[in-house]
Amino acid sequence: MTTGLPVSTILLITGFCLSLIGLWGMLTQRNILRIIIGFAVIDTGLHIVMVATGYITGGTAPIIDSALSKADAARRAIDPIPSALVVTAIVIGLSVTAVMLSFAIRLYAAKKTLSIDAFTESKW
Amino acid sequence: MMRRVFALLIVVLFAVVFWRIVGGYQELQALRPLAEHYVVQGPIELGAPNIVTGILITYRGFDTLGEVAVLFMVAASVGLLLKEDSTTAESADQDRPRREAGEIVRTGTQVLLPMILTFGAYVIVNGHLSAGGGFQGGAIVASGVMLMLLARPGATLNVALLSVVESFAGVIYVFIGILGLVLAGGFLDARFLPRGQFGAFFSAGAIPLISALLGVKVGAELSVILDRFRS
Repeated sequence: MTTGLPVSTILLITGFCLSLIGLWGMLTQRNILRIIIGFAVIDTGLHIVMVATGYITGGTAPIIDSALSKADAARRAIDPIPSALVVTAIVIGLSVTAVMLSFAIRLYAAKKTLSIDAFTESKW
Repeated sequence: MMRRVFALLIVVLFAVVFWRIVGGYQELQALRPLAEHYVVQGPIELGAPNIVTGILITYRGFDTLGEVAVLFMVAASVGLLLKEDSTTAESADQDRPRREAGEIVRTGTQVLLPMILTFGAYVIVNGHLSAGGGFQGGAIVASGVMLMLLARPGATLNVALLSVVESFAGVIYVFIGILGLVLAGGFLDARFLPRGQFGAFFSAGAIPLISALLGVKVGAELSVILDRFRS
């Protein structure tokens, strides 16, 4: 299938667009939960970008089996390093999100609201 | 209004940066030298058909250990953050009973839960042969636990047992790492066990073992985190 654009470029555009949407959401929303969702969207977009940078034209998954012989692997496998790094990044993103959510619960318990405008103590 | 204009300005500036990156990006035509080494030497040295798992568990095993440590710290800190208000704010909530789960969720859980857990176990132990591995399988198991908690809001998870299981998995993981240091090339080197036949279930040295430990650890940790958020 030919779309004119290379696959990795399409993925890069998708990932960066997601990141921009997330950034816009983080900057404009005043509800803490929505800010956290914005962060998660940025995270996902950047994961897509990272995976996309490992794609090689016409490449396939770096798993040696009947479809990809050892001798063929050097030519046809995609770069496995970004994929391995993204597994790490996903887990760290999940961890950060979990900590942010628990802080949100604490903040809600303190002020009974999730609007970030209510938390003026740490404003400069 | 002013704030939105600033936000729009920042987003547009980022968009320009990203646009330049996309414009200047050339799709790779061949592997980078390090990647080529991993792809060519990885299956020969480690005996694992899935190169990503080989990198994750052996070449970058130390990173993975750090990542597991981060997960452990998150489980601990979420527990710390959500524990204290359980005495004050929770007591008001505790009075009204939790709403029962719907019929669809309950029946669906009975059908799906065994399948989800089996699939999670499959993904964990086949990490060295096909797409999958400890983290992915652990997340699937935790999603099954999530479904169970949704279907039975009154059920309690044995957090103490899960913590013990998780700690033991972590200790054995480090112990295997030290075994690799003593018997093979370095810390977390999986080659101290026989490599076995390429592509067989029992192959690739200690990689399936480490993968299973990671799966148990991640599954237990995520379940504990889910349970803490529920209270």
